[in-house]
Amino acid sequence: MNIQSLDPRVTRLGIDAEEKNPDQTLQREEHWETYQVFHQKKRGEKHSSVGVVHAPNAEMALLFAKEQYARRGETVNLWIVNTRDVLAMDYDDYDVFSTTPEKMYRDPAGYKVNEKIAAFKKAQLDV
Amino acid sequence: MFNTDTLNALRRLLLAMADDHLIIGHRNSEWTGLGPILEEDIAFSSIAQDKIGHALGLYSILNEQLGEADPDTLAFMRNETDFTSCQLVEFPIGEYDFSLVRHLLFDVAALIRFEDASHSAYDPLAKLARKVKGEIKYHVFHASTFVKQLGQGNEESKARMQSAFNQNMALALGMFESFEGEALLVQQGIYKGEAAIRTAWLGEISAILQEAGLQMPDVDKLEPVYGGRKGFHTEFLQPLLDEMTEVFRIDPAAEW
Repeated sequence: MNIQSLDPRVTRLGIDAEEKNPDQTLQREEHWETYQVFHQKKRGEKHSSVGVVHAPNAEMALLFAKEQYARRGETVNLWIVNTRDVLAMDYDDYDVFSTTPEKMYRDPAGYKVNEKIAAFKKAQLDV
Repeated sequence: MFNTDTLNALRRLLLAMADDHLIIGHRNSEWTGLGPILEEDIAFSSIAQDKIGHALGLYSILNEQLGEADPDTLAFMRNETDFTSCQLVEFPIGEYDFSLVRHLLFDVAALIRFEDASHSAYDPLAKLARKVKGEIKYHVFHASTFVKQLGQGNEESKARMQSAFNQNMALALGMFESFEGEALLVQQGIYKGEAAIRTAWLGEISAILQEAGLQMPDVDKLEPVYGGRKGFHTEFLQPLLDEMTEVFRIDPAAEW
């Protein structure tokens, strides 16, 4: 006897109701890779990461990305990248960043340049 | 600037196109919530929604430029025999393979129609076509990507795609049923004409099928399913109209 579900996608998989671990069967049948989606609002602007789609290949990922992430507002372009191709740091290495919030001297707010710029502009005008 | 015969032919063209889009939009919306996967559910529903939008655009031209009733009345208050949609669009959604192949066959034709209409000598149609042809381009991209994917998938998906094409093809040829006054529209550069659209369509469809590794049915041996443009329909249209107009008919004068 197969599992009968209100969700036709589950019923269609024909999972044996007696099987000990139906979840594993679901994963095996439905496992697709994920693709990262990057959205560009205007030409010349950067593409920004907006989320993920599941798809069996890159072309289908692009197809789905259009409706998932470009269904409202402005869009001129989309990129998709297989999540496998993203080289990410390990969260265990977060300590490499642990002292950076203290380095205020790298924060542009730390430079008091506005007054100097204003003075320079004034000097230019006076000439 | 156009004479009465031309304007009447234009009304027939716009009504047929609008009815096709309304009915296929309604049919495809029946998949909402039941799509094969979440992403596809959203995409297919959006495409169905776009179709209703295109129908509205066409009904609005009939209403605003050609003196026909308002779009709601045209969509919800006419009898079954007043609909001039082709029979392809009224068939039940069936399994996903049937709906997907119908979507491809319909949208490749729609793209040819609207791309040509964007240079139409009838300005309101040209303006609408320029506005919506990008949407239809995505619809074709969606349909052809799916068909190629499944045509090159496993044995079952390939067999199901092929049988969906065999099932749909005679119905799809019915999209190109000619209508009274069509020649006038072609002569005056308003419309490309059904025969020319059919030829372009056959070329596109067989190229997609070839890429998908599927066989193009022998269209010369098929009898196109005509009749829709003259108001002859299958037993499937009336129940669709009953469902589609159910809420509207409770109170046709209600403000939405």
